[in-house]
Amino acid sequence: MKELVVISGKGGTGKTSIAAAFASLAPKAVIADCDVDAADLHLVLGPAIKEESDFSGGREAAVIPDRCTACGKCAEMCRFDAITLDGPANEGVGKTYAVDPISCEGCRVCVEFCPADAISFEPAINGKWFVSDTRFGPMVHARLGIAEENSGKLVTLIRKKAKELAEKESKDMLLCDGSPGTGCPVIASIVGADLVLIVTEPTLSGRHDLERVARLTANFGIKTLICINKADINPEVSDMIESEARENGLKVVGRIPYDEAFTKAQIMKATLTEYTSGAIAENIKTMWREIIYELG
Amino acid sequence: MKIAVASGKGGTGKTTIATNLAVSLSRSGHNVRYLDCDAEEPNGHIFLKPDITESEDVTVGVPEVDQEACSGCGRCGELCQYGAITCVKGKVLLFEQLCHSCGGCMAICPEGAISEKQRKIGAAESGHSNGMYFAHGLLDTGAIQTPALIKHVKRGIVEDEKNILDVPPGTSCPVIEAIRDADYVLLATEPTPFGLNDLVLAVEMVRRLRIPFGVAINRCDIGDEEVLRYCREEDIKVLIQIPNDRKIAETYSRGEMIVDALPEYEKKFLQLYDKIKNMVKTDEK
Repeated sequence: MKELVVISGKGGTGKTSIAAAFASLAPKAVIADCDVDAADLHLVLGPAIKEESDFSGGREAAVIPDRCTACGKCAEMCRFDAITLDGPANEGVGKTYAVDPISCEGCRVCVEFCPADAISFEPAINGKWFVSDTRFGPMVHARLGIAEENSGKLVTLIRKKAKELAEKESKDMLLCDGSPGTGCPVIASIVGADLVLIVTEPTLSGRHDLERVARLTANFGIKTLICINKADINPEVSDMIESEARENGLKVVGRIPYDEAFTKAQIMKATLTEYTSGAIAENIKTMWREIIYELG
Repeated sequence: MKIAVASGKGGTGKTTIATNLAVSLSRSGHNVRYLDCDAEEPNGHIFLKPDITESEDVTVGVPEVDQEACSGCGRCGELCQYGAITCVKGKVLLFEQLCHSCGGCMAICPEGAISEKQRKIGAAESGHSNGMYFAHGLLDTGAIQTPALIKHVKRGIVEDEKNILDVPPGTSCPVIEAIRDADYVLLATEPTPFGLNDLVLAVEMVRRLRIPFGVAINRCDIGDEEVLRYCREEDIKVLIQIPNDRKIAETYSRGEMIVDALPEYEKKFLQLYDKIKNMVKTDEK
C-alpha cells in the first residue's frame, strides 16, 4: 500500500479541492483528512459517519477546591502560566488556585508537587474522530476541539486508523489531505509517507512558503512533487518556482490555470472532476496519472 | 492597542489585510508596530520589505543529564508526559525535540543530575519598514514549539502604539498564543463553503477566549451568500469586504501592497481601523 499526502505550506492554494478531486480518481483508496485544525474535505465528500470515537491526546490538571490550601506551589512550578489564584473559597482559605485549561499543557508537574494532593489529572477529551463512507470509498477524519492541544497526535492517530482500514479492506492507497504550515500537525502527517504533493501558487508568498515546506519534506527524506495552482496569475513566478524546483531535484507535475470551477464545485459539494469535464478536469487527471507513475 | 488578524482557513487574506492596515495607519501618522506571528510560514516581510536590524536566536530549555550523578531511578521518565525523557535499564535517554520545557524532570530528580540547557527552535528578527516597527519569527525546519517563538515575537508589542499582529491560520495552540490578550481579533474569510466552515471554528475560538471580534470578507464576490447570512444570524459585524479583483491578485503575487497599486484602499483600511477602535471602546465601557 502506498501513501500520498497533499500539503501546501501556504494556505488557500487549493490543496483540499485537489485532494478531493484525487479521491474521485482513486477507486481503491482510503481517504484521510489530516487537516484537523480546519478540516474541509468532508464538505465536498459528504461522509456518512459509521463510527465515532473520542480523542484524548493527553491529560489535564484540575485543582480540587476543597483540598487546596492555597500554598501556591503549583503556580510557582507551572511554566505555562496556567495556574492562578482564581478558584473558589473553601473552609480554610478565601481563594484557591485554579488551572486554565486553555493554557495547561498537561505536563503533570503541578500534580506531582502539590503537597496537599489537591490536583486531579484526568484524560482530556481533545476532539472526535470518525470512520465514514463516502461515494469514493472509506474516509477517516476528525474534529479537534477548539483551542485544543495535540493536533499532531490526532493526525498520527488518523493515519494509523486509515492504514488499518486500508489493510482490512485490501485498498492499495492512502490519500491524505494535510494541513498548512510546517509545524507539528504537518510533520505528523508526512512522516513515513511514500510521496508528498505540495500545492503552491505563483505568488511570492506561495514561493516562499513552498521553499520552507520543501525543506521540511527533504529533511524527512520524503519524495516530493509540486503542483502550481492558479499558474496564470503570475506566469513569471510560476516559471521561477518551476526552475527552482528543478534545481532542487523536485518535479512540477501540474500547472493548473486559475479557474472559478474551484469555488463553484465547492458550492455544489462536488469534486472538480465531478463538477466539470472541461480543461481543468483534464489537467488534474493528467497530473494524477503522473503522480501514480511517480508513486510506483 | 493590539489588533490580531486571524482566520480559520489559510489563504483568505490575513497578511494582505494586516500589512495594508499597518501601512495605512503608519502613513496617516500613527506609531505602528507590525508583528508577524505566523512563524511557520511568515510572509509579511515579502510585502513590507523591512530593514532587519536585529536577529536573535530563540531557544527553549531542555534537560541535560549528568550521567555520573544519575542513579537510574527513573522518576524523570515516569513524570514526563511527552516521551522526551525515559529511563531504560538505569540509563536516561533524551528526545529533545519532543520536550515541552515543563521543567518537571529537573525538579523531580532526587540526585540533582538534570540541568537545563538551551535548544534553538528558530529566530526572532526585527527592524523597520518605512518608519514602522517590524518583527517576525522564523521557526527552524522540523521544530514544533511554535508558541514559544510567537511569545518571543510578541515581546515587540508596545501598548501605547498600534500593534498589528499577523496570526497563523487555524484554531490550535500557535493561534491561541498569538491572539491571547489582543484587544480585537479581525477574522479574515472568503464567501465559500470552506471559508464558512473554518470561520465558524474561528468564531468559537475567539468567543471562548472572550475577545471582541469582527469579520473581513476577502474576494467577497466569488462565492455564495452563506458567510453573510451566518454573520447576520450570529450578530457578527462584517467590517470590510474586498472584491475579487485580478489587479489585487496580481499585486499580491508580486509582493506589492494594495494601497500602492490601488490608493483608494488606504481610506478603506483607515475606516476599518476606526470601526475596530469604536468597537474596542464600546467594549471597555
